[in-house]
Amino acid sequence: MTDPFMLARIQFASNITFHILFPTISIALGWVLLFFKLRYNKTADRKWSEAYQFWVKIFALTFALGVVSGITMSFQFGTNWPGFMQTVGNIAGPLLAYEVLTAFFLEATFLGIMLFGAQRVSNRVHTLATLLVAGGTTLSAFWIIALNSWMHTPAGFKMIDGKAHASDWLAIIFNPSMPYRLTHMLIASGLTVAFLVAGISAYRWLRKDRTPAVIAALKTGVTVAALLIPIQILVGDLHGLNTLKHQPAKIAAIEGIWKTERGAPLLLFALPNESELANRYAIGIPQLASFVLTHDWKGELKGLDSFGDKRPPVAPLFWGFRIMVGIGLLMLAVSWMSAWQLRRRGDLAPWLARALVVMSFSGWVATVAGWYVTEIGRQPYLVYGVLTTADAASTVPAAMIASTLAMYLVLYAVLIAAYIAVLFHLARKAGDRKDDAKYPAPSVPVPPSQLIQY
Amino acid sequence: MSDFSQPDAWLPLVFLGLMGVAMLAYVVLDGFDLGVGILLRRADDADKDMMIASIGPFWDANETWLVLGVGILLVAFPLAHGVILGELYLPVALMLAGLILRGVAFDFRVKARDDHKHAWNMAFYGGSVIAGFAQGMMIGLYIVGFQHGAAQFAFAVFTGLSLLAGYALLGATWLIMKAEGELQYKAIAWARGSLLLCALGVAAVSIATPLVSEQIFDKWFSFPNILLLAPVPLVTAGLFVVMELVLRRLPARLKAGSDAYCWVPFAATVGVFLLAFNGLAYSIFPYLVLDRITIWQAASAPESLMIILAGVAIVLPTIIAYTVYSYRVFWGKARELSYQ
Repeated sequence: MTDPFMLARIQFASNITFHILFPTISIALGWVLLFFKLRYNKTADRKWSEAYQFWVKIFALTFALGVVSGITMSFQFGTNWPGFMQTVGNIAGPLLAYEVLTAFFLEATFLGIMLFGAQRVSNRVHTLATLLVAGGTTLSAFWIIALNSWMHTPAGFKMIDGKAHASDWLAIIFNPSMPYRLTHMLIASGLTVAFLVAGISAYRWLRKDRTPAVIAALKTGVTVAALLIPIQILVGDLHGLNTLKHQPAKIAAIEGIWKTERGAPLLLFALPNESELANRYAIGIPQLASFVLTHDWKGELKGLDSFGDKRPPVAPLFWGFRIMVGIGLLMLAVSWMSAWQLRRRGDLAPWLARALVVMSFSGWVATVAGWYVTEIGRQPYLVYGVLTTADAASTVPAAMIASTLAMYLVLYAVLIAAYIAVLFHLARKAGDRKDDAKYPAPSVPVPPSQLIQY
Repeated sequence: MSDFSQPDAWLPLVFLGLMGVAMLAYVVLDGFDLGVGILLRRADDADKDMMIASIGPFWDANETWLVLGVGILLVAFPLAHGVILGELYLPVALMLAGLILRGVAFDFRVKARDDHKHAWNMAFYGGSVIAGFAQGMMIGLYIVGFQHGAAQFAFAVFTGLSLLAGYALLGATWLIMKAEGELQYKAIAWARGSLLLCALGVAAVSIATPLVSEQIFDKWFSFPNILLLAPVPLVTAGLFVVMELVLRRLPARLKAGSDAYCWVPFAATVGVFLLAFNGLAYSIFPYLVLDRITIWQAASAPESLMIILAGVAIVLPTIIAYTVYSYRVFWGKARELSYQ
């Protein structure tokens, strides 16, 4: 563990893992808030403004965590991977600059008005601020995913004296994997938020906090989840085909295919073994992997043996992918069942509500698992086929990285625990109607006649 | 690099200017909210809420200027970015931990259970102090050209403390504008306390800086530079005097029911920061890393810089416009924060 290169990777990975949790929520939650706000503007039904006021607090907290961890990222490009900007800075630079200029300031500035300005600006401006914040977070995602996709499928550049120079900006931004990756990520954000909103609302519902606002949020979460999950499965499949075309080594690792073969099985379980270059205890469905990926039962899939030493580690990809897909299938089952029950019975079975509570943060797990699959799958490259991760590493001594890594890990563990605890605390507090005076819940208590009767 | 009709000669200058604007905007804007954090421990609980309410709508956007400043260093001068951040690895990590702590404490303190509020208040205070001190240390290490040694380290600790005093002054003078009642009197007292520290800090850094580098010494103390530059320290001293005079009279004016001049100390502090920043920039120019890397050596390819410049030309005025709008929305005395 004294290898500074490995430590730098662990440090960067832990920072980016911590960071991605919060934009994943704020991107889609911004649009959910806009939805609540627009419903309120249209219907003047107070349940929508109550839902807005509850979820905007969670948005503020999430956004703050995203901002501060994002600042960390902007520094670590330089501290951990100086070779990255020195080699591809001419391309990464403008993309990052456009993110800060077009998106970051927009969201951060209008956030102040969105959170605290409702009394100081007109309702129309407040709605506009909500729209600009939601649009800003999504625009951020667009630029960051464009850069990240370019690192996977670089296009539109020339190498001159070992440095990348841009030749076609449209080709750089809309590189071959970008549309798939962006769609996949935005829907992942939508699903994460849908399950978070449904889960927290189900928690309040189970605690007999059944105001119209809670029911409205619950229905919104469940409906969005039920609608998005089949689309996500389709988009994920298309993304996989795109990856097969551009990064076949990643697919070979995901599928655990060591030697090039025709009619490859879809492995449900296996223990990939790097030293034997084979799987142990493999259980699979014959020919299915070939069929899914090539739409031909006898289709040929390249094995890891085709890539020499330029192949990613197998086990994290193999398992990361199965965790992501497994959670996706669970999401499908739970969200459809909940949507069906809510529609047919106008009510949730308590066990299903508990399942929603348990799955409040399932989107995080799936997103991080999927993120690992795609990022570890790029190894040993930092920019696929252009720059290896090792060549971009800095020469900071191991002890320095180790000590700051320990500091970050402690900080992150505390903050994630605090974040989750505070979310449930807010849910309980809202139910108790004992909100402190600084952040009042609806100032007029909801009359009992308006509570939904069960 | 004297043919300024060529983009590869003038583009790095333009981006150095932009980076300077972003860094200065960061130091002043996040400076006042860091300063409020640094002063937080001295206030009682009701005042704490009001102090934080005075910066609530702004701190997110304020911190974004840091991202822009570092972003320009990253995208326009990638070579220097790697060297500078590699050298500043530990203070950068410390600053980030501080910024993370205070950024999240801001939100957690009002949302957590009541018995956790005190801990988050302390995190807000501690994070502000750590971040401000680390930034000051970075300035010190940067001025000495990243030479390692006991004297250089002591100098960096000293610049760290000086910047803390400067931020405290910014925060206190900000509160004089935004607060009312008892808190406003307290802010005046805090401002007078940090004023002296800050003036000592500015003076000592100004004297020490030419001494740590021969090159900076020659730049300031050769003829005719010394005459042309003399106004910088003189105006700075003048601003401190103005501040002291206004602060001395403010309590009496407040008792008489007028706080018409409550903006003067803040404006004067901003002026001091502006002058100190320019003095430092003049000392270092045209180097990004003293005596090692010039802005032209570190610059990115002109075609990439042009692409960014086009965006900056359109977007930066827009950003400034809506930033001004946001400050206007929350103009006047701070009120309790409410999501409604």
